Amino acid sequence: MTGQTLSEKIFSRASGKLVHAGEFVMARIDRAMIHDITGPLAVKGFYQIAGENARVWDPSRIVVLFDHQVPADSLKAAENHQMLRAFAKEQKILNHDINCGICHQVMPEMGHVLPGNLIIGTDSHTCAYGALGAFATGVGSTDMASAFATGKLWFMVPQTLRLMIEGILPCRVTSKDVVLRIIGDVGADGATYMACEFRGSTVSRMSVAERMTMTNMAIEMGGKAGLVEPDRTTMTYLKDFAVEEPFTGDEDAPSQVRHYQVDDLEPQIAMPHSVDNVRPISQVPKTRIDQVFLGSCTNGRFEDLQLAAEVMGGEPVARGVRMIVIPASRKEYMKALRSGLVEQFMEAGALVEAPCCGPCMGGSFGLIGAGEVSLSTSNRNFVGRQGSPKGFVYLCSPAVAGASALTGEITDPREI
Amino acid sequence: MIRGRAWIFGDDVDTDVIIPGKYLRTKDIGLLAEHVMEGLDPTFASRVSPGDVIVAGRNFGCGSSREQAPVALKAAGVSCVVARSFARIFFRNAINVGLPLLEADVPCQAGDVVEVDLEAGRVSCSGQEYSGTRLPPFLMEILQDGGLVAHRCKERSISDHGESAGVKRP
Repeated sequence: MTGQTLSEKIFSRASGKLVHAGEFVMARIDRAMIHDITGPLAVKGFYQIAGENARVWDPSRIVVLFDHQVPADSLKAAENHQMLRAFAKEQKILNHDINCGICHQVMPEMGHVLPGNLIIGTDSHTCAYGALGAFATGVGSTDMASAFATGKLWFMVPQTLRLMIEGILPCRVTSKDVVLRIIGDVGADGATYMACEFRGSTVSRMSVAERMTMTNMAIEMGGKAGLVEPDRTTMTYLKDFAVEEPFTGDEDAPSQVRHYQVDDLEPQIAMPHSVDNVRPISQVPKTRIDQVFLGSCTNGRFEDLQLAAEVMGGEPVARGVRMIVIPASRKEYMKALRSGLVEQFMEAGALVEAPCCGPCMGGSFGLIGAGEVSLSTSNRNFVGRQGSPKGFVYLCSPAVAGASALTGEITDPREI
Repeated sequence: MIRGRAWIFGDDVDTDVIIPGKYLRTKDIGLLAEHVMEGLDPTFASRVSPGDVIVAGRNFGCGSSREQAPVALKAAGVSCVVARSFARIFFRNAINVGLPLLEADVPCQAGDVVEVDLEAGRVSCSGQEYSGTRLPPFLMEILQDGGLVAHRCKERSISDHGESAGVKRP
């Protein structure tokens, strides 16, 4: 009898039978999340499916929050917020409203994500929660509507791609550089439908924040989920919450394996206009930048802000460059505030905004115009992603963002 | 059988180019249709005709989970998307909103008339036949009902009707 991967074990628990990759299952959902962009369609679909007086299957398992267009940036956004507020109130669902930050930071930090959980969210970067050993995946609004009614959803149990990462990361080279390197190698669809497990000694030494950066970007290679097996670091992160003894995958479980050695890894840049268009920074031509965005669910945590600030060393942002810093959540913002980072960024000439998605998806503020270049610690650089379809988005680590903010061009943080 | 004029797109067509983030605050599907594919071809929305078919490369619909992407394509009149492969969230969303799709590698030209037989998983174009990956029956059923909302409503009305006729659910 061959073993099971962590994903197979989670689907076995959630479907009540022993399952393996390739099987279709109807699985019970442990937690479901909607936000202000995709939530309204889910709510509308729920009432269409279940009837206008229907109740959701279990309000204690649903979380509502607003992060994409906050505070409401238009009347339409305000109407969407009102509709979701009313839904949450009527159904007695927890609503974090605009107060807490980006869904993918808020869900783990509030204890809504536990190892072994099966979680769905109406956002493709829901895969980030796998950093805590949950199976979490993005779904569309109608799938969510159906789950609201029944508490269940069909899935194909995915194959697993084990990404074995070994070695000690050089100074100012980060988990973002690791995941960009992997995406460049695997390709934008190389892991389609697969569960991407990040393993190896490098991952074992990483903090939960560093792990989240990688699991967050599993979708950028087509992955259905990104996972890190729960360990002592996971349990320390979750110390304030009631957590059952977590389980891990079996070593002999069938999976594809790729190996990465990171001792000599350079900072990596994803060039326009696809996330798998990755180059080591030494091979990136001299590139002038107009805007630096330090934030997002990928790299908006305290550790990310701290690293960028350390690279900047109290020096000012280059003339002609706009730097926008957005901590991923209220908690991360407060940490940055208390430690003096907010002051340091503001003194340097950056703008520090309240927790939200900001420029990342180009639907609210901080947009770039035609011909402008954005250097961003977020997760996507598609055409038009941060504003004009004639703009250019380069993706990087917080260290590269900090270094480049000082010089006004894409800069290796090891040279600062 | 679906029959329409082909529009050709390449690999990795992401949902940000299908419908940019700035239009997501609207619930007006007409507005979504007016801006569909804007990131790749700003003239597409005004030139696409009801019944047209999109023929694309690998990883169609990658990126964001926004269901507005297949909704916008359907609202613009696109009758089917044929691609070498689909990103998984778009694949689910398209079925859930009732936009037919088929995984197949079809080397045709823009403007060619293509015929898609979803049941058989086959596409024909310029006298050539191409086979694709047939959808499992439970997904075909959702598509035939016009999407997951209509499918679930049908299930609910069958079960309500069954109960009123004295048939007890387990």
